[in-house]
Formats: sequence, structure tokens, C-alpha cells
Amino acid sequence: MSNVITWVPACKLDDIEQEGAIRFDHGGRTYAIYRGPDDSVYCTAGLCTHEAIHLADGLVMDYEVECPKHSGAFDYRTGEAIRLPACENLKTYPAEIVDGEVRVALG
Amino acid sequence: MDRILIIGAGESGTRAAVALRESGFTGSLTLVGTEPHLPYERPPLSKPLDGAVQMKPICGAEALEAAGIDYRPGISASRLDADARSVALGDGQTRVYDKLLLATGARPRQLTCPGAERALDFRTYADAAAIFARAESGRQVAIIGGGLIGMELAAVLRGKGIDVSVIEMAPKPLGRAVPPRFAARLHARHEEEGVVFHLGQGLSEITDDAVVLSDGSRVPADIVVSAIGVQPDVALAEAAGLAVGNGILTDPYLRTSDPNIYASGDCAAVAQPGGGHMRFESWRNARAQAEVAARNMAGGKEAFAAIPWFWTDQYDLGLQVAGLPHPDHQSVTRQLEGGELEFYLDGGRLVAAAGLGLGNGIAKDIKLSEMLIAAGVSPDPGALADASVNLKALLKSARAA
Repeated sequence: MSNVITWVPACKLDDIEQEGAIRFDHGGRTYAIYRGPDDSVYCTAGLCTHEAIHLADGLVMDYEVECPKHSGAFDYRTGEAIRLPACENLKTYPAEIVDGEVRVALG
Repeated sequence: MDRILIIGAGESGTRAAVALRESGFTGSLTLVGTEPHLPYERPPLSKPLDGAVQMKPICGAEALEAAGIDYRPGISASRLDADARSVALGDGQTRVYDKLLLATGARPRQLTCPGAERALDFRTYADAAAIFARAESGRQVAIIGGGLIGMELAAVLRGKGIDVSVIEMAPKPLGRAVPPRFAARLHARHEEEGVVFHLGQGLSEITDDAVVLSDGSRVPADIVVSAIGVQPDVALAEAAGLAVGNGILTDPYLRTSDPNIYASGDCAAVAQPGGGHMRFESWRNARAQAEVAARNMAGGKEAFAAIPWFWTDQYDLGLQVAGLPHPDHQSVTRQLEGGELEFYLDGGRLVAAAGLGLGNGIAKDIKLSEMLIAAGVSPDPGALADASVNLKALLKSARAA
């Protein structure tokens, strides 16, 4: 395991609605990148842990994203599953904004 | 009170068992189901992966055991004695309960024409396995019934290159649960995909290689699937003298006419604020009623008031409906990129919303609509029609008001 973080450019901050999410595919995997109500950004695995549904299609309210199919919900800052049927936490990845560009560390 | 018995281990019965533990119930808890498997989710049955039917357990054996749920698969309930508070089970045992939940679900309506026994049902894992084991390219499948289940199956089978005919008594498919605008769009999409519709037609016979329609024409088919709807499984309740109608009748707290017996899910017809009883057949309803019934059995008194909601996926299109759209409602349409929403107003108040779009593209907006419906708002129809007006902003201003 390396201590060097590899940042991957993902999108512009303006590509994501405030209190919104977009899907980001990279290296054969899919992720969701969120813009919180305070304009901070976060990144999680892209698929709900209950069934393989893209979370970026779900509603983001405050710091919560809801699966568009089964209404399971996660705190996207920590990946914590906060409503059934989701019970397994989401993996999270570091995300930051540099000069209006969002980059994520997927290592 | 220390013994709770649940009859029916589908989505509702199983969710209720887990929810009872979440509500702090610590007594004995038995979950009885007629099917031989672990409790499983039904929605994936119409979505085979690589040709194989998906068996997705609602929870594993370890999780049931860890929660102290005594799960008894493969057992039917033969008699309920509400006075003795006991249920005789198919394995010869009699279980005594303090509180009972009936989550007996629904079973497919049966065709009555000659040859009806040749038609396959589509409800259980075993049903789905039987259909998909035979359904391969080059086959001809006739689906009796153009409702949600029949049309989902048609889409999946067309995706496998199978010839599909849909036979429906009504003049149009999807007439019952889907608003006309979206039913027409889905119908058109099925026709584009090559599904052959025989509408306004009854059946006169099912033979080895065809379905004979009431006008005498023959629809060639080597597999016939019956998808003409379900009826609530009320037999146990009815024989025990509980009040039944189109389902086991309950009050708003999901209690049947016997105060120690509750009902939830497809089998339950719940008293409505405006009078009458309503029964809903959906995944979410099964879970939402289970949760309310569980909390009430554990000592709560919560009226069931969730807004009905369902989804269906056909080809790459996803439809979601929240609330109960009615032809008398004022409808307002909003065009989206890759989809369309329709809102339904009753005396100005938003009471239902539906959307059809690519994938889960309309899911967010339907969820926000559901929250707007729950908030009891009467939005400006112009704002609803205008895609530049953010529904989340409408919700926030309604909540601030």
C-alpha cells in the first residue's frame, strides 16, 4: 500500500447541482460524486449495496442520498447505511475541489 | 404478551419479523412460510441475469437466527382459531399466539377456459424458474394479461429474442395502474420492440401449440403464461370468521376484526380516511405496512398513511407512480430531458405524480413529488409544468411556509 495519493480529475464543481450527485466511471468501476449543501464534495462507490442501482440517480437531501429504487439511504460523507433495505455501508473515497475542478482519490 | 406468530414469509411477513425486533419485542417470534426457500425478494424474479432466475434472499439464515426469528419454511397454515388464539399448521403442530400477523399475500387468478392447466403462473421463484428454463430463442410465448407483470415479462423475453404475443381482454394494455399517457407510451414501445398485441379478446381454449381467441383466431404459442392478476389470500382469515372483502379488512392500525390479529401486505385491505378499504400490491407497500403492523403489535398505535408508490422497468424505460392518479384529476405535464412527468391535482392540491424516463432518470423527481404530496401543498400548475422550476425548491418553500 502506497502512501502517495493519486488524484483523478473527475468533473467541474459546476457540473454537479448543489445538493446533487453525478455518476463518474473510471477504470472499469462506477462511482458517485456529491456536492453537499455547503458546496463541499464527496465520493462513494456508485452502486447501492442492496442491489446494483446507480445512486447518482437518487435524490440527495442534505448529506443523504436515497436509492432510486428501494429507498435505502446512505450518509454520503461517511458511506453509512442509514435506512433499510440498505444495510451494508458504502465505500468512500477522498474528494476535493482545486480551482473549481473536482478530483477524487480512488486508490 | 410474549408469543407472536406470523403467517406468510414473503416481503411483508419477513420485514414485520425483523421490524418487531427493531421495535424491542423480545418474546418468541415464529415466521411460517409455504415456500421451501429462505424468504426472498420477488421483484428480481422478472429480471433474470444471464438467463438464470435470481434468488435474492431478503435475509440470510444467520440473520434470522441472530434476530431470534424461528423461521419455518415449507409449511402452510391450515386452520386459525381466533378464540383459542391458535393456528394449526400443515406439519401437524398447533401454535398458540398472543398476537398474530396475517401476511398471506396473494395468489394468481386462474384462467377458466379449456386447456387453462397448460398456462404457467408467474408469481413465485418456482414459477419464474419454470418459465425461464423453457424460454429460449426461437420459442413463441403467449402472455395472457397486459398488466404490469405481463408487460415486464414481455420486455424481458423480447430482450432474449423470443417471439411474444400479449392477449388482453381490455381495449388497451396497462389500463389499471398506469396513467393513460404512460400506458400508451409503453404500449407503443412494446409494439416497436415486436410484441404482437391481441386486445379486446377473450380466450376460448389453450391447446398444445396455440391460444385460441374468442373470435376464433389462433395465436401460436409453445409457452403460455397467465398474468391476469392476483387475488388476496383470505382463506384462513375468512374460515376463522374475520371480516374480509377484497382482502382481509383492517382498521387504520392494520388490526383485523379480531384485536389480536393484524394483516399487512398484498392480503390486507386497509380502512381509508374517506371511507372504504384499499388494498395495494407493491413491494414498498408490503414493507411499509409490515413496519407499521410490527410497531403496533409491539404496543404502538400508528395509523398507516404511506403514499402508494410503485415502479416498473420495461426495456430501458423506468416508470414510477406515487399516489393514486384518477381520470377526474387535473393533470399537468412537465417535459424533461429523456423523460416526462405528470402531476395530478385534486381541487388544486397535489395528490399524485407519475413519470416515465430512461433508466431511473425520473426517480428523484417522483421522490420529491411524493414529499410534496405528503406536505399537502397546492402548487401553481404553471410551476409544475416548468422544468426550470426545481421541485426541491418548491418543497423547501412549502416547508418554510
